[in-house]
Amino acid sequence: MQKSASNENISKKIIKTITGNPIVFLLIIAAIVVGFIKDNFFSWANLSNLISNTAVRFLIALGVSGCLITKGTDLSAGRQVGFAAVIAGILCQRGDYNGRLWKFVPEMNIFLVFAIVIAMGLIWGLINGLIVTKLHVPPFIATLGTQTIIYGISLVISDAQPIGGFQRLYTTLINGRIGSTRGFHLPYLFFVAVIFGVVFWFIYNKMRHGKYMYAIGGNEVAAEVSGVNTTRTLIRIYATAGIMYAIAGYLLAAKSGGASASMGQGYELEAIAGCTIGGVSTTGGIGTVPGILVGVLVFELLKIILQFLGVNPYYNYVVQGLVIVLAVSLDIRKYIAKK
Amino acid sequence: MSEYVLEMIDVSKPFPGVKALDHAQLKLRPGRVHALMGENGAGKSTLMKCMFGIYKMDQGQIRIDGQPVTVSDPMDALHKGIAMVHQELQPIPARTVGENIFLGRYPMKKLLGFIPVIDHKKMYEDTAGLLKKVRMHFDPRQKVGELSVSQMQSVEIAKAVSANCRVLILDEPTSSLTANEVDALFRIIEDLKAENVAIVYISHKMDEILRISDDVTIMRDGCYIGTWEAKELTTDKIITQMVGRELTNLYPKRMNVPGEVVFEVKNFTSINPRSFRNVSFELRKGEILGVGGLVGAQRTELMEGLFGIRSHTTGQIFYKGKELRIARPKDAIDQGIAMLTEDRRGSGIMGVLSVADNISISSLSKYLDYGFAINGAKVEKLVQDNVEKMNIKTPSSKTQIKSLSGGNQQKVLVGRWLANDPDVLILDELTRGIDVGAKYEIYCIIEELAREGKSIIMISSEMSELIGMSDRIMVMCDGRVTGFIDGQQATQENIMALATQFE
Repeated sequence: MQKSASNENISKKIIKTITGNPIVFLLIIAAIVVGFIKDNFFSWANLSNLISNTAVRFLIALGVSGCLITKGTDLSAGRQVGFAAVIAGILCQRGDYNGRLWKFVPEMNIFLVFAIVIAMGLIWGLINGLIVTKLHVPPFIATLGTQTIIYGISLVISDAQPIGGFQRLYTTLINGRIGSTRGFHLPYLFFVAVIFGVVFWFIYNKMRHGKYMYAIGGNEVAAEVSGVNTTRTLIRIYATAGIMYAIAGYLLAAKSGGASASMGQGYELEAIAGCTIGGVSTTGGIGTVPGILVGVLVFELLKIILQFLGVNPYYNYVVQGLVIVLAVSLDIRKYIAKK
Repeated sequence: MSEYVLEMIDVSKPFPGVKALDHAQLKLRPGRVHALMGENGAGKSTLMKCMFGIYKMDQGQIRIDGQPVTVSDPMDALHKGIAMVHQELQPIPARTVGENIFLGRYPMKKLLGFIPVIDHKKMYEDTAGLLKKVRMHFDPRQKVGELSVSQMQSVEIAKAVSANCRVLILDEPTSSLTANEVDALFRIIEDLKAENVAIVYISHKMDEILRISDDVTIMRDGCYIGTWEAKELTTDKIITQMVGRELTNLYPKRMNVPGEVVFEVKNFTSINPRSFRNVSFELRKGEILGVGGLVGAQRTELMEGLFGIRSHTTGQIFYKGKELRIARPKDAIDQGIAMLTEDRRGSGIMGVLSVADNISISSLSKYLDYGFAINGAKVEKLVQDNVEKMNIKTPSSKTQIKSLSGGNQQKVLVGRWLANDPDVLILDELTRGIDVGAKYEIYCIIEELAREGKSIIMISSEMSELIGMSDRIMVMCDGRVTGFIDGQQATQENIMALATQFE
């Protein structure tokens, strides 16, 4: 008797998980179907591709998640990625490369470049945070403004030209992998994503900063009255986001073997979509790191499915847009029903 | 033809837990100002909301000219000639006076004979006429946001007049007006009286009531007490009728003993000239200081000022002889002051977060390992201690706080503050919206805290709670402290007398 009761409970839980995350389950089913009708879908190469694409997007989504959980947003994410890619690209060019953009700087250590790029991301994030908290500009408008500024600066710096001729170490390290080339292998980016996932999980669940972030999302006035320094917490959230975009940009330039100002265009929407599909609520105070990972993964899966089905790539935008609207409307429904 | 233009007879309206209206009545005669009086929570606003169709009454009747009618919503009320000027004005500041007055019922015309457009010319002409009627001389095209509060109120009255109302409800119309502006308002009222409009005037200010009104109806605890001609009444008579209620034993026996002065406020004044000013008081160790006053006495504003939520211009706060600088709530909390705010949903709970998160948010620094990692077991212990001590009913510590009852939410918030082990606790309307059983439990917690030597400031609009729980009562009126009453000697009458001491 008891056993069947607990079985019933488990099956109830499974049904609840599926109905609670319809998009996730629909896409997993779609992936399985596509896997059976298309060769090569279930291949190590495809898996590796999915993992490295997801890894970079996951870092961006982690960055923007803090803004979303506190009822804000960060539309400058994509352009910050592009900016970081441009800076990283320029500074990581080989000393003997003819097309070097900044001939006045010597060839740089790529780890030093990493530090420089992070510092710049931090500055952009601080600027966003200060505009939101000190000038009281709504995050949507504030970051809409800064993303345009950042794009302009990226164009000026790169002279609107593609940047190539990277140091070997830069591209080989970032594109490195463990395991055999043909069989099972894992890109290094996988480990980068895991490390940041763990760090963010720890911050969100085990540190005051994370608790303050959820508190602000749950009720900003109550948080302030409870002694949370909301200004400082919000600035930290936007600054952390800036650092994450910078890291993503640095990795992305090496991953693609080239950089340009338009790199990362639209990534803010993918990141926001990933978060929303993964259960970060636009009404604030809700969102988990595992959820964000699932959301980003599923969104990348969607892109690969469309690619395998041979859908005209222009339609990708249409489908992705629909998924975003669907995800948010399903999220909002949970709260409307309860009122 | 009935003697009365509008009658409300035998009106009852229950809210969860209380009877907001219990066989209330009100009879209005044309061309007369009818004052409606009662303590906070006596049911005046509820009765008016029933008349204006905002609330549905469960029992009772509204008659207009002796004929029974039903008022289904505010639009319907306007059609039946009933208009209301709310205490909280809600104009659209960025639009013009004319647009505010005719919002939702713009005069229309047909462009080219078939395109319906707003007839701006007619709208502003009509507005000018209405403004003249309420003795106001400003441009109908002026933006409402540029007007003073009293001018905005005149716009609201003009709006009511434009509906050709026969009954006009004015809810606390003078709460934010200067003496000159009050005189101007009274001239408008006289004009309306001359046009046979019946006016319901809700106010706490005795002198105004006795000056402007013809009839007075007094309510208490949702019940109708009686109607008198204003000239038969005096301030004392009105107060006696408003309060006269038996106190039952709803409060724990207090064993706390007030000690030395620990907290002192001197000359505390708001940056807002209409808010608290020149407030000085002291608070003893282990004392429960009640703060009484009418709605609008600026008690909440004062306490939020002390706690750093609102700004002040002058004034000093001393704690154990040391002067405190408080710019934001965190500064106050760091000094051992806690404040439970009035608006539980607005500035208290974080609804989607768990009971554990809500209770621990302001004391997280206490549960850290290695200085940065929150120890979940310590937080869980905090929750369990509070659940036991205060008998909080929650399925688990992970339950979202919004799914708890009001009383349990309040206990969680009390727990949030106690976790910081504060020495001074400011409690603003601690028991509002909480059922009687939970109230008694919360009173016991407060009494115990005072016995442990904590100093407590308790704002309450419930007279009996003030008298039942306070060692001393500070009474405020219109932003000033009008007096202190010893808890033993406090009566509803002497509190009310101080609470209505307008300048």
